[in-house]
Amino acid sequence: MTAPITATSLAPNDDKPRTLSAPLSRGDRIYRSITVGGALFSLVVMALIAIFLFREAWPALSKAGGSFFTTFEWGPDDEPAIYGIGSMLFGTVVIALIALVVAVPISIGAALFINEYTPLRFRAAFITMVDLLAAIPSLIFGLWGLAFLQPRLDGPARWLSEWLDFIPIFKTTVPIFGSSLFVSGLVLALMIIPIITAIARAVMAEVPRVYCEAALALGGTRSGMIREVVLPFAKGGLIGASMLGLGRALGETIAVALILSNDFRIPDNVLSPGGASIAGTIALKFGEASTNGRSALVAAGLVLFFVTLLVNIVARGVVARTKAPAGAKK
Amino acid sequence: MTAVMQPGTEHVNTNPASADIALRATDVSCWFGKRKVLEGINLAIPRHTVVALIGPSGCGKSTFLRTLNRMHELVPSAALAGSVELDGKDIYGNELRPSEVRKRIGMVFQKPNPFPAMSIRENVLAGLKLTGQKSNDADQLVEWALMRASLWNEVRDRLDSPGGSLSGGQQQRLCIARSLAVKPDVLLMDEPCSALDPTSTRRIEETISEVSEEVTIVIVTHNMQQAQRVSDECAFFLAEENQPGRIVEAGSTEQMFGNPVDPRTNDYVNGRFG
Amino acid sequence: MTVALRPRRPNRIRPSDAIRSFGVFGASMILTLGLFLVTPLDGPLGFVVLGFTVFVALQYAVVRQIMDRKHAVDHIVTTLVYGCATLTALPLVLIVGTVVAKGLPGLSLNFFTKTLEGVDPSAGPKVGGALHAITGTLTQVGFAMIVTVPFGILTAVYLTEIKGRFTGIVRLLVDAMSGIPSIVAGLFVYAIWVVGPGNGFSGLAAALALSILMLPTVARTTEEMLKLVDPSLREASLALGSPQWRTVWQVVLPTARSGIITAVILGIARVAGETAPLLMTAFGNDRVVNPGAALHEPQSALPLFIFQQLAQDQRERAWTGALVLIGLVLILFLIARFISRTAKTAR
Repeated sequence: MTAPITATSLAPNDDKPRTLSAPLSRGDRIYRSITVGGALFSLVVMALIAIFLFREAWPALSKAGGSFFTTFEWGPDDEPAIYGIGSMLFGTVVIALIALVVAVPISIGAALFINEYTPLRFRAAFITMVDLLAAIPSLIFGLWGLAFLQPRLDGPARWLSEWLDFIPIFKTTVPIFGSSLFVSGLVLALMIIPIITAIARAVMAEVPRVYCEAALALGGTRSGMIREVVLPFAKGGLIGASMLGLGRALGETIAVALILSNDFRIPDNVLSPGGASIAGTIALKFGEASTNGRSALVAAGLVLFFVTLLVNIVARGVVARTKAPAGAKK
Repeated sequence: MTAVMQPGTEHVNTNPASADIALRATDVSCWFGKRKVLEGINLAIPRHTVVALIGPSGCGKSTFLRTLNRMHELVPSAALAGSVELDGKDIYGNELRPSEVRKRIGMVFQKPNPFPAMSIRENVLAGLKLTGQKSNDADQLVEWALMRASLWNEVRDRLDSPGGSLSGGQQQRLCIARSLAVKPDVLLMDEPCSALDPTSTRRIEETISEVSEEVTIVIVTHNMQQAQRVSDECAFFLAEENQPGRIVEAGSTEQMFGNPVDPRTNDYVNGRFG
Repeated sequence: MTVALRPRRPNRIRPSDAIRSFGVFGASMILTLGLFLVTPLDGPLGFVVLGFTVFVALQYAVVRQIMDRKHAVDHIVTTLVYGCATLTALPLVLIVGTVVAKGLPGLSLNFFTKTLEGVDPSAGPKVGGALHAITGTLTQVGFAMIVTVPFGILTAVYLTEIKGRFTGIVRLLVDAMSGIPSIVAGLFVYAIWVVGPGNGFSGLAAALALSILMLPTVARTTEEMLKLVDPSLREASLALGSPQWRTVWQVVLPTARSGIITAVILGIARVAGETAPLLMTAFGNDRVVNPGAALHEPQSALPLFIFQQLAQDQRERAWTGALVLIGLVLILFLIARFISRTAKTAR
């Protein structure tokens, strides 16, 4: 005869989860440590970047002190040496802002075009095209901006200075245009459009279709659906995407170096030649600089490193949060 | 009524005068790409009734529902034949825009989908905003719509909290209120209770009965008891293997469940397949 | 009874709408021609801007008249969205067009077989070539690959297969790394390697700078590709009693092979055109430097060649260099696309 079925019950709260251990084989332990080591490479590199840039920049930083940011002149190889990235910081920020103002609306429009407007069979082609644009080297953007775009922007710049001169940044004293913050900003705008578009598209594609359908089913038009559902839902991600574009624009080097006249005075308008950027100055001055000058340029690079790092980390955080919004069901 | 329904035959249950027909589908067929999912659907939906579309899954009843307010075409490869008339006007014709059609023929979806970024109040008023209308008395409209959707008493004190903070059943009633606020003639419901628990389902069903005094309701449901409880008329959809869906039989709910003409209907309503 | 079933495609544009849009377009062109004479706009750009504005305004007025405000706004938004798409697509066409038009005349076989060693800078663009720069780019990118591919794959494997306690920080850092300005990468290698005793400018230094820029692309693209591997394959392998490393090595990585190749090619395309970091690492050279010598000798590279020719006002040679560079990058990009597409359809 078989044993009878038995059932006993535990006293309440008398149970404890047991630890599940799975000892790894030697091969797996080696595999794990190699992989962890490889993955931590990025951590090591980032730490080394900060340490070595700081070490190389220290001679210049120690001499300049806090005036490094507030001095608006640059002459580390002059006698006496002057270290001030004030005007470069100004130029960098202005160029990046011009790029952002132009690029963000166009990018969001292009992203909406890909997601909501283009017929399905052209969608992949358009996405490839945006990626292709992102793959074009910045040197080529700069070369093209210098030779093709700049001469064609002369007319619009003149027009802005004649008709919008009540806005201070467009008020010019001498009608000479080009090699300006304006042209650099526009070229950078073209460079960051593919970056912002790609991320904005991905973020807006995350909007659950059920909400879009609900908006349409209430009698909304496509633009109404975008305004009431897509944009509010993707708002954070769009801000993050713009910030990633900003990070790229702040650090962009060669295109700016080729176009901007690299002049350390603060220009009184954005249309005339003048202005300097941190990255552009490093590229242009590095070859001719002495040891002291190079130390100062590395110090400028260190500032750029921290600024872009901050912008990027915040931006990634914002994008990641939008992609998985709390409480939103798919 | 003829014994076996053929495509091209109108499935009218009580033969009302045509003025009492809210929606009339004539020879509707649907495709997704090359695949035909519905064929030759003729159905007249009488005004101020609740019509249930029943049938096993995959028989095309949801697709048919979506052709009734032009949601079908949101799938890029979608095509259709035939016509759907709202008060005698073809909704696919040149006279009406899709957004106008959808405003007059509202829709409640399978899963409750109140707009996550909006408060309860804003959700109710979303349709107004989307259709570019101004309301003279928004507060009154919000109260009216929530009252109709029997949600007012539960949310009157927290109209500004987010729509997502409600329970599933409350969210679905909020979606009903949202649809009612644009004052549609017809309300389409695509398995509105399939994601809800039995108690919430009961509340929705009560809401449906109440609302049907003013609005014509077409509801897709898998639940036989629900169809029996809420609907006045029924249409049974069936897709034979690798064939597009068709209507097998349509008639008053009483007759469809009590004394169906077609043996397949009899099998289905008695739970013998599907 | 047979019913003739003619499918309608309600999501296509209605003929009546198309005719109206064409009418509005024609009318706004005529209006623009007239307005162009009296408004303070000039040049083809001015014409396009004015024409676009007039078209948007006229369309709004017409649609508002025959439909309502809601649809009028919808038409404006549609027009603007199409405008944005055009503004995004146009630069690609213009840039490639300009580079081809300006670079093609200077292109000859010499460009791929000769160097600039002993060439008078003012000699025409067909004298001398960029062999030293092309070989330099290939060497540096090759070195960079040797560093990047193992670390990139290990990082991706860590992020997808192990998911240890460093996952968050590693992903954050890889993302932050992709945002490092290229010139900062150059400065870093300058600070850690070039200034060191006995090192100096070299092709190797350039390769190190390029690896920093390449790693995030390779790691994150590989991660995406590994995520596409069907989880049941992993489980099937583990359920057979295979250890984790064998599962990764013999199941996961081979399955994602074409994806990994795509990631590497995209990484190469990302760095092949980098100029800024080379200024303070490779520095430049007029003759061919073989890979062994590149470990300690200054070396040229295609982007550096273009930049330096431009600085010497040798524009024609610079444009030809740009043509070769853009050709290289675009071909790499399209190969990567092709491989990843065939991989996706095969899976």
